[in-house]
Amino acid sequence: MTNKTETLSKSKLLLLLLLNTLYISAFTFGGGFVIVTFMKRIFVDKYHWISEEEMLDLTALAQSSPGAIAVNGAILVGWRVCGLAGMIVSVIGTILPPMIILSVISFFYAAFATNPYVAIVLKGMQAGVAAVILDVVFDLGHKVVKEKKILSYIIFFAAFVSTFVFGLNVIFIILGAAFIGIIKTIVTRVKGVKKNDIS
Amino acid sequence: MIFLKLLLSFIQVGMFSVGGGYAALPLIQNQVVENNGWLSMSEFTDLITIAEMTPGPIAVNSASFVGIRIAGPLGAVIATLGCILPSIFIVSILAHIYFKYKKISALQNVLECLRPAVVALIAGAGISILKIALFDTGAIAVSNLSIIGAILFVVAFAVLRKWKPNPILVMALCGVAGLSAELIINGFPA
Repeated sequence: MTNKTETLSKSKLLLLLLLNTLYISAFTFGGGFVIVTFMKRIFVDKYHWISEEEMLDLTALAQSSPGAIAVNGAILVGWRVCGLAGMIVSVIGTILPPMIILSVISFFYAAFATNPYVAIVLKGMQAGVAAVILDVVFDLGHKVVKEKKILSYIIFFAAFVSTFVFGLNVIFIILGAAFIGIIKTIVTRVKGVKKNDIS
Repeated sequence: MIFLKLLLSFIQVGMFSVGGGYAALPLIQNQVVENNGWLSMSEFTDLITIAEMTPGPIAVNSASFVGIRIAGPLGAVIATLGCILPSIFIVSILAHIYFKYKKISALQNVLECLRPAVVALIAGAGISILKIALFDTGAIAVSNLSIIGAILFVVAFAVLRKWKPNPILVMALCGVAGLSAELIINGFPA
């Protein structure tokens, strides 16, 4: 894909990166997958700075590295969009909102946690978050289905059952999928060598 | 010195929590409650509740909360820094490897197998959140179904599929609509 980041000046790009990571981080409730989903919406769908495949790769990296997934995702997206400066800017954008919000809340947290209105609003937002995530799953799933590779279907199904039914640690699922990829590489290499021997 | 202690404690949280979110909780508890006694267990439980209700990663939320209560704003900054330092080093190295070698066929194969797995993981996370939104913590049964939650989800999903609006706007509107519906149906909570 063409690199759409080149058409913008570096300072403009960094500013956009900062504003968008601040925005995503300030309004994204829930775990790392939620924030990765929102990053996909903005950096892949809106700005086209990152391709869909790349975003999935970055998600796998963010998920399997130590630390918070949101921070890891910000580091990867930052590097991809604008190198070291991009990385620093997007990490700052990602950690500032929770830092400020938590610092403020720490002074009156009991009142916040037991407020019934806050609870109802958050309840409604959960339904919205679920819709956003599943919408992205449909987009990404469409891509996997289009490739029409049986191996992909099997991996998807196995990974889904492992995480959702058996609650297997995501690290094992990612390592398992990577292991299948390595086996696939070896198998194709061996086949290739055999073909060369015959001919 | 308290700042150094905060930094080192949260570096450990950042370094050893793999898998994000809830994977970090036992590590935070170990550092904050058991090793250093910065929070009591009931304060820690409040912290988790708040972390779930506010944006941002649980580890960063905890670091800010503990830091500011123990050593003021500078404490919050230092604890948060500790929590993200390991990520910055490790993930940056991985980023370089990925961007440099992603065209190599062996890595291509691995990435090709990872992608459907990642989609499945995101699907799992989405359905887990949907379950909580629709059935709270109760069993999955028609009697437990939150009608408001179900309507909000179906409408939000349909709107997202059809018009691709800003997802943050959709989420915020769901919150407002949920509150309005609740107030209209059940009146003001006590």
